[in-house]
Amino acid sequence: MSVRIGIRGGIGESVRRVDGEPKVKGDFEYASDLSREGMLWGATLRSPHPHARIRSIDIQAAVSSPGVLAVLLAGDVPGKKTHGLDEADQPVLAWDVVRYAGEPVALVAAEDLELAREALKKIVVDYEVLPAVTDMEAALSPDAPRLHGKANNIIRSLRILHGNPDAKADVWVEGIYETGMQDQAPLGPEAGLAVPAADGGVDLYVATQWLHVDQDQIAPCLDLPREKVRLHLGGVGGAFGAREDLSMHIHACLLALRTKRPVKIVYGRQESFYGHVHRHPMRIWMRHGANRDGKLVNVQAYLLSDGGAYTSTSGPVIGNATSFAAGPYEVPNARLEGTAVFTNNLPCGAMRGFGAVQATFAYEAQMDELARALEMDPLELRSRNALHTGTVMPTGQLVSGAAPVRELIDRVAVLPVPPDEPAPDRDPMLLPGGAGHVGHGESLKRGIGFAVGYKNIGYSEGFDDSSQAWVRLSRDRDGPLARVKTAAVDVGQGLDTIVTQIVRTELGVERVALEQPDTRIGSAGSSSASRQTMMTGGAVQLACRAVREELDRQGGLERLNRPIEASRTYHHRVTGKLDENGQGDPHVTFAFAAARAVVEVDTELGLVRVVQLAVAQDVGRALNPQSVYGQIEGGSAQGLGLALMEEIELTDGKVRNASFTDYLIPTILDMPPVVSELIEEPEPGVPFGAKGVGEFSTVVVPAAVAAALRQATGRAIHRIPVKPDDLAGLRPALAYRKPPGS
Amino acid sequence: MVVRTRVNGEWREADVWPGASLLTMLRDSLGLFGSKNACEQGECGSCSVWLDGKLVCSCLVLAPQAHEREVRTVESLGAAAMNPVQEAFIEAGAVQCGFCTPGFIVAVTDLLQRDPAPNEISVREALSGNLCRCTGYQKILDAVALAARRIREPST
Ligand code: FES
Ligand code: FES
Repeated sequence: MSVRIGIRGGIGESVRRVDGEPKVKGDFEYASDLSREGMLWGATLRSPHPHARIRSIDIQAAVSSPGVLAVLLAGDVPGKKTHGLDEADQPVLAWDVVRYAGEPVALVAAEDLELAREALKKIVVDYEVLPAVTDMEAALSPDAPRLHGKANNIIRSLRILHGNPDAKADVWVEGIYETGMQDQAPLGPEAGLAVPAADGGVDLYVATQWLHVDQDQIAPCLDLPREKVRLHLGGVGGAFGAREDLSMHIHACLLALRTKRPVKIVYGRQESFYGHVHRHPMRIWMRHGANRDGKLVNVQAYLLSDGGAYTSTSGPVIGNATSFAAGPYEVPNARLEGTAVFTNNLPCGAMRGFGAVQATFAYEAQMDELARALEMDPLELRSRNALHTGTVMPTGQLVSGAAPVRELIDRVAVLPVPPDEPAPDRDPMLLPGGAGHVGHGESLKRGIGFAVGYKNIGYSEGFDDSSQAWVRLSRDRDGPLARVKTAAVDVGQGLDTIVTQIVRTELGVERVALEQPDTRIGSAGSSSASRQTMMTGGAVQLACRAVREELDRQGGLERLNRPIEASRTYHHRVTGKLDENGQGDPHVTFAFAAARAVVEVDTELGLVRVVQLAVAQDVGRALNPQSVYGQIEGGSAQGLGLALMEEIELTDGKVRNASFTDYLIPTILDMPPVVSELIEEPEPGVPFGAKGVGEFSTVVVPAAVAAALRQATGRAIHRIPVKPDDLAGLRPALAYRKPPGS
Repeated sequence: MVVRTRVNGEWREADVWPGASLLTMLRDSLGLFGSKNACEQGECGSCSVWLDGKLVCSCLVLAPQAHEREVRTVESLGAAAMNPVQEAFIEAGAVQCGFCTPGFIVAVTDLLQRDPAPNEISVREALSGNLCRCTGYQKILDAVALAARRIREPST
């Protein structure tokens, strides 16, 4: 291979985003900005009840409502009536039973959105309300209503037995922990435009995370062959897991095929809260046993997650949470059990951190508790037990890649802490609660908390995962140009920029053009699980190398005369399923992170100011350092949100806060400075040694904030998001009781 | 009803439902999609525009309220060359998915016109009505500081 010198914008540089200019000018076309001549608007009628039988639906008045072109019910779905990522159990439109408040029941297409909404109001659904189960423990009871008519409401149960699960220890600590239902709240709403095609098929332009898995689910419901359902990426305004499952996709296609006109559907913010899956609420029981000298001996965990009304990815999420439940520690003996159940709540599925977030909150609280019981420094306890390359995890999986857990702890601990300014000298905006602080800062207490955690990169448990890339190198008047096509989605994380960097480095050309992702090329898999840099980055690297070989044969770039192209598919190493004792080789590889939170609490008012977040992260190799820091900072904000404010509040299965007025995400006033450190220890066997970076700060920050709040207040914090009542001592902490079924 | 508004220097007419927002008029009647629709409830600032020179959330303004008035949107910025705020957002890495970005560009441009040297607390206060779900705001603060410096000392 010839030497490449002097190409700027390759890997390792903080290259500017390729889509930066259109985005700052307002020119970038998001899915919600699409329009076509003769376009109609679609709207969705949703169930107001968490569980009900549909006796009848009267659409007469809606059909004759002004501007209405179509009103569709379940009977109008020409093919398969259900879809779903892991299990096709979610109705395209409900026909006999609705299982959550917000479930789609009918569709309207009209000349504009107002007319469509008017028509929705005229649809009369006669419901027979059924008893609902809205608590995850209640869902386990034999008398609970069974959502899917099966023997029980269990979506998945697994157990991981490691060493001697009954091993005795000198010191035990135990606790119950809970996490709330978090919304991904991407700012870009669910949106897409379906355009009927002359061949009887349909073209769907949509904001998604994975075009091909959408196509696989849509085509059978439309009763069309796959190749007649062509998906094209519409600009994506953030995703965070919310766009893994279908939302408006099939609905827009149905309406377009029926009316023979383009149909656009865009959810409003309120509808968005009903229209996608959320982070699973979990209830987690844990017991940690250690020796007097602070070595972990045995970890017992039972994790229960609320999957809501349909399966989605509840299985892999509880699998992840359970497999990580002992933390990034060397644990000789463990019994880890996980169960995900159906309830009549909103369906839950993927969100940044995918099960690891909830587990980390619980096991890190336990580690602090254990440190207290042993009268040991909490960081020392963690370091003493830190997992490392060569550790065998409770699943029996050997950690073979980089695992710099001890180093992360050391690095985060020495980052400077901001000085504690006396309250009277401060701008009031710098008091907990900001301008809303009614005191003078008399009862302020500072606290510092740490957390360490980890998560897998890529899909697990034997999932056959791949990504395809096509690269074409040619020469035009301005010199050599590389064109690249994949079906991979840049949801905002910066993948497109990384791809251009890889191409520059591999081919030594400056000019790289990316084609719009669609389903005409092979699948790229999902922009999930921090996997795209490894998977699509890997595919692009392979395709470039094939082009390069031919180029070298032709005598290098100077001699390039006829175009060279290559298409390659990247697979990560094969993983395996877990056996009945939870043993196997489930994960491709891991990344680790440590966080430190500095908080200040007004202990009388229960108000919090996060003063600083510090994160050290194991990144393998930073391909674009600025964008790595950006991922850490953004992931930290979502972690802070989960720790302090973000929760979908449900009463009897009904959402009480479906708006940005009532569901709070961190504002610029809530976010402290985030100081981050990257540890670059290239991962063997992974393209460029680069680990995924998107999720890990979200995994550790909630636990670190909770730890800091415990230190500041001296109170047991067992549930996130933490509310003022918890901090002011007005709500009792959860007392330990035995997990269900033990 | 027909609303006549001067948008980015040009008089435009739109036939709108009287209950439509200025945001809907800009996007669906006038084809100006730069202003975004993340909440349509006045909570996120993604729809920020100037109405007679004053920064507003266009989702909270009724289209008829803009009749015979002047509206400036993100599309008025950087048509020829990017303004220093736009440049700084790209350079500082303050753009991820970019859905919040047009609103921030308008709000920050407005802030720096009023106060070319804001301290960090006033920047945070001025931007507290603009939500971003991707960046954690740190690089947005960096971008504001960078833009402010460039506006004060154009050669840097
Ligand atoms: S769309 Fe106007 S403030 Fe959110
Ligand atoms: S960059 Fe995505 S919301 Fe701000």
